[in-house]
Amino acid sequence: MRMFAPRALRIGLVAAASFVAAALSTSSSFAAAKIQRLVSPGGIEAWFVPDATVPLIAMEYAFGGGASQDPADKSGLGHMVANLLDEGSADLDSKTYHERLDRRAIELSFNATRDYFRGSLRMLKEHRTEAFDLLRTALTKPRFEANDIERVRAQLLSTLRRESTNPNSIAGRKFLELAFGDHPYGRQASGTLASIPTIAAADLRSYAGHVLARDTLKIAVVGDIDAASLGVLLDQTFGGLPAKAELVAVPDVVAAKPPQRVFVALDVPQTTVTFGGPGIKRADPDFMAGYVVNHILGGGTLSSRLYHEVREKRGLAYSVYEALLWMEHSALFIGSTGTRADRAADTVAAIDQEIRRIAEQGPTQQELDEAKSYLKGSQMLALDTSSKLASALLQYQLDNLPIDYIEKRNAIVDAVTLDDAKRAAKRLWANGLLTVVVGRAAQAAAEPVSTPPRAN
Amino acid sequence: MTAASGGDPRPGLGISSPRKFVQRRGASLIAAALLAVAAVALPKPAAAQTVTSDPPASFTLGNGLQVVVIPDRRTPVVTQMIWYKVGSADETPGKSGLAHFLEHLMFKGTANHPAGEFTQTVLRIGGNENAFTSTDYTGYFQRVPRDQLGVMMGFEADRMTGLILKDENVLPERDVVLEEFNMRVANNPDARLTEQIMAALYLNHPYGRPVIGWHQEIEKLGREDALAFYKRFYAPNNATLVIAGDVDAKDVRPMAEKIYGAIPPQPSIAPRRIRPQEPTPAGPRTVTLADPRVEQNAIRRYYLVPSAVTAAAGESAALDVLAQLMGNGANSYLYRALVIDHPLAVSAGASYQGTAVDDTYFMVAATPKPGVEFSQIEQVIDGVVADIEANAVRAEDLERVKTQLIAEAIYAQDNQATLARWYGAALTVGLSVEDIRAWPDRIRAVTSDQVRAAAQKWLTKNRSVTGYLIKDTTAKLQEKRS
Repeated sequence: MRMFAPRALRIGLVAAASFVAAALSTSSSFAAAKIQRLVSPGGIEAWFVPDATVPLIAMEYAFGGGASQDPADKSGLGHMVANLLDEGSADLDSKTYHERLDRRAIELSFNATRDYFRGSLRMLKEHRTEAFDLLRTALTKPRFEANDIERVRAQLLSTLRRESTNPNSIAGRKFLELAFGDHPYGRQASGTLASIPTIAAADLRSYAGHVLARDTLKIAVVGDIDAASLGVLLDQTFGGLPAKAELVAVPDVVAAKPPQRVFVALDVPQTTVTFGGPGIKRADPDFMAGYVVNHILGGGTLSSRLYHEVREKRGLAYSVYEALLWMEHSALFIGSTGTRADRAADTVAAIDQEIRRIAEQGPTQQELDEAKSYLKGSQMLALDTSSKLASALLQYQLDNLPIDYIEKRNAIVDAVTLDDAKRAAKRLWANGLLTVVVGRAAQAAAEPVSTPPRAN
Repeated sequence: MTAASGGDPRPGLGISSPRKFVQRRGASLIAAALLAVAAVALPKPAAAQTVTSDPPASFTLGNGLQVVVIPDRRTPVVTQMIWYKVGSADETPGKSGLAHFLEHLMFKGTANHPAGEFTQTVLRIGGNENAFTSTDYTGYFQRVPRDQLGVMMGFEADRMTGLILKDENVLPERDVVLEEFNMRVANNPDARLTEQIMAALYLNHPYGRPVIGWHQEIEKLGREDALAFYKRFYAPNNATLVIAGDVDAKDVRPMAEKIYGAIPPQPSIAPRRIRPQEPTPAGPRTVTLADPRVEQNAIRRYYLVPSAVTAAAGESAALDVLAQLMGNGANSYLYRALVIDHPLAVSAGASYQGTAVDDTYFMVAATPKPGVEFSQIEQVIDGVVADIEANAVRAEDLERVKTQLIAEAIYAQDNQATLARWYGAALTVGLSVEDIRAWPDRIRAVTSDQVRAAAQKWLTKNRSVTGYLIKDTTAKLQEKRS
């Protein structure tokens, strides 16, 4: 799960978190005013930005369902499908299929997230016919041959074994269990050591047959191609899929009520602290207020309150962040940090204190102004490559935002008042935290559950 | 699923592209070396490609600061990156981790701009910033709207010489770095194995020291150490400034001259870095890292090989091709041999890190299936190497890997930050703009004989260290709590 990847704050590029819907400011980028709603002759819709600066084409697309469609005892099914679709299809076995991709440097991958089955395709423009055709066969005629299944199964199990003693992975899994219990969101998209061995070829076929369909498909394309040619390729690629997906209904769910704390003993030098609670859904009128105030508390920059209090002032951690995460059927805020075992209690206390402070008092006007200024300005930076722009255009579609959202977004950010931010802060944080601590036992085990700040 | 890496082979930290694995979608490994930006033409059977980006401009100021400007007009954004030609391999013995510690401390303010002001300015305009340290360089960057370039240059020029450090800032930051060590190394058995392999591979050269430093030395670093290092190495004649984005070289030049041009050079800094070199390796070495938390064994072998700077003509490109051929993707020789044909491993890969001042390494890695002995894996690896040494590379294989490598240069043009990193890293280790631009041509020119010769010459056991990651099943030791 992406959200649990440790965020290296001073290393590499601090990219906007992948689940954050980013937009660019009006007429500010190569995307500006060029987003087209393309409908192919066969009725396949895509958001499309033609751009010939670099001779490549990037496509991002998603089907509804994702890991939420995994049966309860077969978590990881969608993930396994995603890892097998490029292992041979139609008359091409795995070796031949990969040769076709590699010979043309075509980049093709699939990924099952909680709510979506996603895919990426990137190619040099001259190889577009071959690239889209390889995608077509992967989606419509996957082979799921026994030896390929066993190879991929072994790879997935290897990763799960590795993660089984990784404090971040353990904390992430435990947090979702704590937040969502038996709901599909409480399960791991990548499956478990118990579930992966039980998945059979028939399960893979069934999943692909039910999930990969046209009615839930959303597509975004950026690159060096004209609309007419793209329309033809989209029809050829996706036109053969079933018209309607057969999805199991997923109920809405609210994450468990904080405060609650779980401790997992693991003999590691650095303790992982993962914390969070119920969030604000994307369609909620308070969403943007929550988004702005969350940026002030723990957004991915070198100036959030948590960064200042936990890292700069106290030197407790290298990385500390907190983010909003929204899903089709729920929402969370979630953060994480890592600290020395003997300072874990101090770290949890510092985070608790900051959560309580912002819930009770909200941000200052200056913090609000600066956050809005950042969020408005940062959008065009987030969309400076074809792949990033395509990902964002896909995300807007998944979030049911209008095609001119990019132009509207800054006004929505600007409209957030101090009262809105305070209200959202109280909603998010007044109850305190769900906290998962993974590390050596000296500390946390004996500690009382933190008292929630008073919500009044 | 294509070839996955064998563990986390990253040797250092915060190394943006060279001397580190670049992880692409789907966890396949690419040895990103020097990739070009302009005038890329694909070899047959691919049709010729015309690249519309302008070539980068390069000039040097009177005080020795080299400036490279890489245009990217799509978005009104600019990336400023300053690369200092100093990294962990330039530290005094006993002060490991100092280059990286100083990188952290560079955010603590100057007389003109107290702590936080630079960062706040970047954030107010919606920009982002960060920094990174490697064996050969330390870099700082900001990405901002293009009209803010002058402001960013002003801040960056100011902290080239104006840094002010106080214990109240330095000491908590040292704790932060120790937590970074815990996160990256102590908590991560793969990274601990890497430390051991590198220390064994480099008998004499400082590449054997971890970029983040040894724990017992990091915890003793202080304000005076950092300031002395800063004064010694941070100067315009020891830096490369890369500006990528929606800018014109003819506008950047007067700005750079005005803002950076006044900073005096440090004549004591030698134009070339002279470090202790490796003796001719005399025997294969092995390292075993046992940790109770290891649930998946891993094996990695590092060979000491020349870098793009130290290699003879054509050799570095041949090593790039060799790595791609052996270990990138589902059709690579190691993946086919170890994962497909004789399923002994769940993943296998290879990489070559060409961008380095001194001799670098070529790595092969595999993740064994449960119950498979390392010796079985090594036998297959040796067989793959022997086969390459003995036989001509199949023409279609050679063509395929060249196409993939050259395509990376086109894909890279989609990302100004990637281009800025490639140019910055390559120039900082001593390569030229022309070297970078000619890289696709050099890849295209690699012959089967050159690949074979590279394998024969460099992939010999005596030049190698093989590392094994295993579960520690002995009684639990009292581990020192860091």
